[in-house]
Amino acid sequence: MSAENTTTTLAGELFAPGVGTQAGPPTTPAAGTGTAGEATPGAHSHGGPAPTGSPAERFTSTDPEAFGAPTGREEEWRFTPMRRIRPLLDGAPSDAHLQWDTDLPDGVELTSVEADDPLLKGLPEPVDRLAALTRARSGGAAVVRVPAEARLDRPVTLRLSGTGAEEVVWGQLVVEVGAFAEATVVLDHAGLARYSGGVAVLVGDGAQVTLVAAQEWARGSVHGGQFDAVVGRDATFRQVVVTLGGDLVRLVSNVQYAGPGGTAELFGVYFADETQHQEHRLWVDHAVPNCTSNVLYKGALQGEDAHTVWIGDVRIRPTATGTSTYELNRNLVLTDGARADSVPNLEIETGEIVGAGHASATGRFDDEQLFYLCSRGIDAETARRLVVRGFFADVVQHIGIPELQDRLMGSIEARLGGLPGLDDQPVEPA
Amino acid sequence: MTTPQNGSVLEIRDLHVTVGEGDDAKEILRGVDLTVRAGETHAIMGPNGSGKSTLAYSIAGHPKYTITGGTVTLDGEDVLAMTVDERARAGLFLAMQYPVEVPGVSVSNFLRTAATAVKGEAPKLRTWVKDVKAEMAGLEMDPAFAERNVNEGFSGGEKKRHEILQMRLLKPRIAILDETDSGLDVDALRVVSEGVNRTRAEGEVGVLLITHYTRILRYIKPDFVHVFVAGRVVEEGGPELAEKLENEGYAAYVKDSNEQASAEKAAAEVVPS
Ligand SMILES: Nc1ncnc2c1ncn2[C@@H]1O[C@H](COP(=O)(O)OP(=O)(O)OP(=O)(O)O)[C@@H](O)[C@H]1O
Ligand SMILES: [Mg+2]
Repeated sequence: MSAENTTTTLAGELFAPGVGTQAGPPTTPAAGTGTAGEATPGAHSHGGPAPTGSPAERFTSTDPEAFGAPTGREEEWRFTPMRRIRPLLDGAPSDAHLQWDTDLPDGVELTSVEADDPLLKGLPEPVDRLAALTRARSGGAAVVRVPAEARLDRPVTLRLSGTGAEEVVWGQLVVEVGAFAEATVVLDHAGLARYSGGVAVLVGDGAQVTLVAAQEWARGSVHGGQFDAVVGRDATFRQVVVTLGGDLVRLVSNVQYAGPGGTAELFGVYFADETQHQEHRLWVDHAVPNCTSNVLYKGALQGEDAHTVWIGDVRIRPTATGTSTYELNRNLVLTDGARADSVPNLEIETGEIVGAGHASATGRFDDEQLFYLCSRGIDAETARRLVVRGFFADVVQHIGIPELQDRLMGSIEARLGGLPGLDDQPVEPA
Repeated sequence: MTTPQNGSVLEIRDLHVTVGEGDDAKEILRGVDLTVRAGETHAIMGPNGSGKSTLAYSIAGHPKYTITGGTVTLDGEDVLAMTVDERARAGLFLAMQYPVEVPGVSVSNFLRTAATAVKGEAPKLRTWVKDVKAEMAGLEMDPAFAERNVNEGFSGGEKKRHEILQMRLLKPRIAILDETDSGLDVDALRVVSEGVNRTRAEGEVGVLLITHYTRILRYIKPDFVHVFVAGRVVEEGGPELAEKLENEGYAAYVKDSNEQASAEKAAAEVVPS
């Protein structure tokens, strides 16, 4: 598949005519070849500062074998416990499914397409072996369609429950939202599963879409996933990822813009307990002018060998003038023995941007905050809960569904029951 | 000065406090004696770095400070043996010089949680909301502050109003106000002082007013003034002492204190180890 194909297909279905061609450079990372495309230094003949670097194009392919078998030394696998993800990477075909329980508001269509459907050919390509396996093994896709200009009276909810971890479940979902529609789609993952799922969200011009992905898997579950959003002209895509359960969760979220004026807001919270591995990798590719991205991920860790990984890659290509981007990752390490990796990475290849920034901070409880609360009579345990609750609440509130927010905050608070009391963990000077 | 009725009394005796660990430990308070009774207002005045905030934080129980000697009691109870929250529930309140931002925790949630903790039961929602609104109006705070996160993005003056709002609602027995006047413009100083004066007029609170300048003392009349230099009280008197400081500054006290410190150091070096 070529990049041109991508834009044509998408433009035909969702975007105003001509947007794909106006966009100029391909809106997907160079397909299939793995060689650097237009990002070669020296190719920039326009004014502005020298590029900050010449990152290699991301290799993408629908062919799992094109990626080779990961050893764990590759950049995209170096944080992942390979032994635990191996059952997915082995790629054994399977007919196993998650149990689906759906709530579809009026006007929303849920169908499926075969593997050779043009819709699938037009999706952004997989960025790693697991995503490619998922595309290949799922044998088609479920498709949620929200018609143009629709205003849903409630969220689309897909409750996806695992019923066992014997077999790997492969799944592909496409969410297609027509121009100027407003929709919220909730993927509510629970139960016991070995699951690898691809989710593509095609956000039509001027549409406003919120995708919520909640991972409340049972212990013993492994979940790998690739999320791809293609954001139409003047459209807004908001993603809220909440990862609480499972043994290992590794989610890759990619955003590209099909036309100027698009906004992507990527929010995430995660909470890793003993031995849990939670990995969130983001890639926002600014290749068209006047788009905005805003990333806010917050995580807490407690217990021996709790491990979280956050990778935030944002690239502003030479063509993406007028870009505004900010990404922030904060981690709260509640006990010894837990480890949070946080790697923001901003590549700026044009000086004509509105703003670009990133920040990452990993730390313990802020003792000054605890002291302040306690000095008002609030006991240390309640003060901790307030601080952690507050830490997460400003992300969770972006879901915009009060019942779901309450449920997820409840899950987070239940996890705090395991915190040591004040005597075990004295408030120490900062 | 009114006669104390509830009998609350904060007694500080020969208080010694250090900051820092091990070899880096540095003595900041060097024998503080002070008694604050309900109904009294004491001003503590001293130069920058003299240890005023250290005294306030030590009474409130900030973990950064180590008590190396002396006692602090509230109505005979050992304050130093209490946790930070127990001190607040016993009736101590500290309006901080630099109030802390607590992201994600709304002012209204914070105030209600604190009031519940201090009073021992949740205040009735309807009267509580009314009380909070009235107090905010009294301090000329926009009601929108209730929905903002604690101190997040507050201006210096807004933070100080928020501190006094808490004092109004939590109704402590002893209130320590650490440079509540700093960073306030004239209007804000008046509004905040009136808030403090309402608390003084209403009940039997003892106030320890820490300040650098005499400005606030025009609004809040102290019964006693203590001059604080290099970690101890070096002179005590009535409101007239504030006038003297206004005119003469701290220079004379600082000089005396330096001479005394070097004399003590010399004496210590003579002692064979
Ligand atoms: N962690 C620390 N390590 C070393 N010295 C410290 C530490 N914290 C405070 N100090 C010192 O203790 C002394 C007293 O500080 P404190 O804040 O109590 O003074 P203050 O009288 O409140 O001053 P100001 O008028 O500026 O508010 C200062 O010299 C300060 O530098
Ligand atoms: Mg001070």
